[in-house]
Amino acid sequence: MKLPLPPILIYALRRVVQAVPVIILIMIGTFLLLKLAPGDTVDALVGDMGGADAAFIARLRAEYGLDQPIWVQLWRYMAKLATFDFGWSFVYEQPVSTVLLDRLGTTLMLMATSLSIAFTAGVVLGAIAARRVYSATDNIISILGLVFYATPSFFLSLMMMYLFSVKLGWLPVGGIKTIAGFYTGWDHVIDVAKHLIMPTAALSLIYLSFYLRLMRASVLEVADLDYVRTARAKGAGETRLMIHHIMRNALLPVVTLLGLQFSTVLGGSVVVETIFTLPGLGQLAYQSVVQRDMNTLMGIIFLCALIVVVVNFLTDLLYARLDSRIELA
Amino acid sequence: MTDTPPILQIRDLKIALPKGADRPFALEGLDLTIEPGEIVCLVGESGSGKSLCAGAIMRLLPEPHVHVAGGAIRFMGEELLGKTETEMRAIRGEDIAMIFQEPMTALNPQKTVGWQLDEVLRLHTRMTRAERKARAIEMLERVHIPDPASAYNAYPHQISGGQRQRVVIAMALLLSPKLIIADEPTTALDVTTQLQILKLIRELQEQEGAGVLFITHDFGVVAEIADKVAVLCKGEMVEQGPAAEVLNNPQHAYTRALIGAVPALTPPPVKPVTQAPVVLKGIGLKKTFAARGGLLSGKRKAVVAVKDLTFQLHRGETLGVVGESGSGKTTVSRIVTRLLECDAGKVELDGKDLLACSPRELRAMRKYIQMVFQDPMASLNPRKRVVDLIAQGPIVHGADPDKARADARKLLELVELSPAAATRFPHEFSGGQRQRIGIARALALEPKVIVADEPVSALDVSVQAQVLKLLADLRDRLNLSLLFVTHDLRVAAQLCDRIIVMQKGEIVESGLTAEVFANPQHAYTQNLLSSIPGRDWTPPSFRTDAA
Repeated sequence: MKLPLPPILIYALRRVVQAVPVIILIMIGTFLLLKLAPGDTVDALVGDMGGADAAFIARLRAEYGLDQPIWVQLWRYMAKLATFDFGWSFVYEQPVSTVLLDRLGTTLMLMATSLSIAFTAGVVLGAIAARRVYSATDNIISILGLVFYATPSFFLSLMMMYLFSVKLGWLPVGGIKTIAGFYTGWDHVIDVAKHLIMPTAALSLIYLSFYLRLMRASVLEVADLDYVRTARAKGAGETRLMIHHIMRNALLPVVTLLGLQFSTVLGGSVVVETIFTLPGLGQLAYQSVVQRDMNTLMGIIFLCALIVVVVNFLTDLLYARLDSRIELA
Repeated sequence: MTDTPPILQIRDLKIALPKGADRPFALEGLDLTIEPGEIVCLVGESGSGKSLCAGAIMRLLPEPHVHVAGGAIRFMGEELLGKTETEMRAIRGEDIAMIFQEPMTALNPQKTVGWQLDEVLRLHTRMTRAERKARAIEMLERVHIPDPASAYNAYPHQISGGQRQRVVIAMALLLSPKLIIADEPTTALDVTTQLQILKLIRELQEQEGAGVLFITHDFGVVAEIADKVAVLCKGEMVEQGPAAEVLNNPQHAYTRALIGAVPALTPPPVKPVTQAPVVLKGIGLKKTFAARGGLLSGKRKAVVAVKDLTFQLHRGETLGVVGESGSGKTTVSRIVTRLLECDAGKVELDGKDLLACSPRELRAMRKYIQMVFQDPMASLNPRKRVVDLIAQGPIVHGADPDKARADARKLLELVELSPAAATRFPHEFSGGQRQRIGIARALALEPKVIVADEPVSALDVSVQAQVLKLLADLRDRLNLSLLFVTHDLRVAAQLCDRIIVMQKGEIVESGLTAEVFANPQHAYTQNLLSSIPGRDWTPPSFRTDAA
């Protein structure tokens, strides 16, 4: 039973083993759910074509394997998935994996920047608000947090578009790059960055308020704990107290939330990507639902499940690093 | 003596409480002097303002809600109240050090012991890294921590409670402060550890010649350590003097009441209960908290909580289960009431095996065995009125709700609460009153056996005496049998007819309380008894209204 591996690797291995049944369950569940919805790929295709006769539709169904019982379809799909074959997208006329990989980068970039901005700013603002609790600074920060918290992301996006693109003309309305620009090198980077400012802001402002509120409460709680009093009795100054004794302990619940929220951010990106016409996974998911592109949709769900599992694993690692009481085993 | 100023001189200290508190001043007109090499005990019950006094000296009161409203605090002849925050920071930790009550929470869980010791030196000295580490390890050695080098690198959760308190003491003494303020430093510890810590404080204080302000509620501890005693009652100092004087010849009525409430180490007269029928019998009880985990989750080592425990409880008798934390005494109380399933053995209640009952039978049996819990704050549902809390049990067992409520009111009288208490909520009562409600709740089902798990350990000493007296009273009037779990040997001595002493899940000794106390056979029992603080001091008895 004793493996000659470092404990962290054993832990990682166990997490991988644990993740497999989770992902399989998610895939089976969504497959069945999607089959419950009326209409399939053929209906959508035929609808696009403007109609076809019944024999053609039946032939098309047989070709795609849609005439089989659901269990057979499920079994076939899962068997293919086991070899990481996501199938063919009949809408994009490409393998699903190609379509997904094309879009993944944009979404990951959007999520990573939004979350890091939301987390960093939320933590810093929350800590500041807690240290000056009930002062004007605290009130301003808390009220702003509440406003962003209460504003739906689509509304925030549209308002920003109206202000910065339409009225002021500072930022592009949507897309990931200027289509006719053909920029290269740094110009390309700057161009993409300009396109991402508004979507990132729209996505991060909402999550920022979550972190802000949690961090403020957490700092207030930790600041009253015995060991902070001990540190004061040692003669430590306020800055030192904050950095060494309060922040590290106050961060723990916020990190937990970070892991939990990653999946909701994926959901939020559907709205934001659609509004800003960013070619990412969220927009793809939306279109796939409309066009009944089952294979692509299942591929997106698989990818998202994978991302969430990986992020949760990383959060646990981070948590263990931050909290010395937790041993990964 | 005349040319060196006293270490600490408090004159007419007043600490104001925020509006809406039960009194305007937490402390009013406190005078206290601590000479070098002296241990002064500040004694009082909860809410007497003793901890705020420490806060005022350190200038760590939660200002501005609670603030010093008048008086003077002179440290080495210098006024502390006029110092700036920067000046105070230099004094804290270097000249005045503090030891806190809860060793579990007084250390930052995210930093190693070494880091936290190091912090004091980094803040107040210009030593190099290597010097600081050497100094910290030397200090850990002086507080007798086994293997100081490994403790230096340990996180607080990796060492025991007693060791953590040693670390806190080491931290306080690193820079040889002239004044040490110890705020209930041993309250959370087991008696044997408590004695070691008290000895350690005494020993280090003698080496350093520092003055110690020792805050406590426990007169046993006072008898163990104090040179001088000051007694606080609701913010006012009612008595002050040399320890021997105050302990043996208290002048003020409040001090007398407090000391009178300290349970003497004299067991009750032997009752001829052994002829009475056996009500509760435990046979070969075993409980192991199993090793958890395997391939798919974290692992935990198996813990044997109780191994092969056998005992008998006669009608009208009180059986004490004593032991230190981790000895399995609470597990016993939970197995006996079947709140915890045990691995093997039988619990016979009137000849019927409780552990073999089906769930339906068990529910019917429950009314014969009831529990009184340790924490009167947490064991009563805060959203229910007292009368409903008490009547709930009988109603569940099929009593008529109106009759059950009427009975509940009678029970309140029995536990010496006013019937008006019935319609109030638990938070409106003090700890002692809540524990009375807990007892009434247990009595409502007219049980044969009451299992009390540390029922008085959360209470002040004078309240504790009243609750103990009530329990003894009710036991005699209702012919109840009590299984009394406690860590406090003084309490056990006062109430229990027989005791069993547990260590690591095993009974090491059992017998009549008087015999065990007079002539302990097992080394562990001897050690326990010799660790009771102030065991050589017998509280003078003034049979006043208190006990």
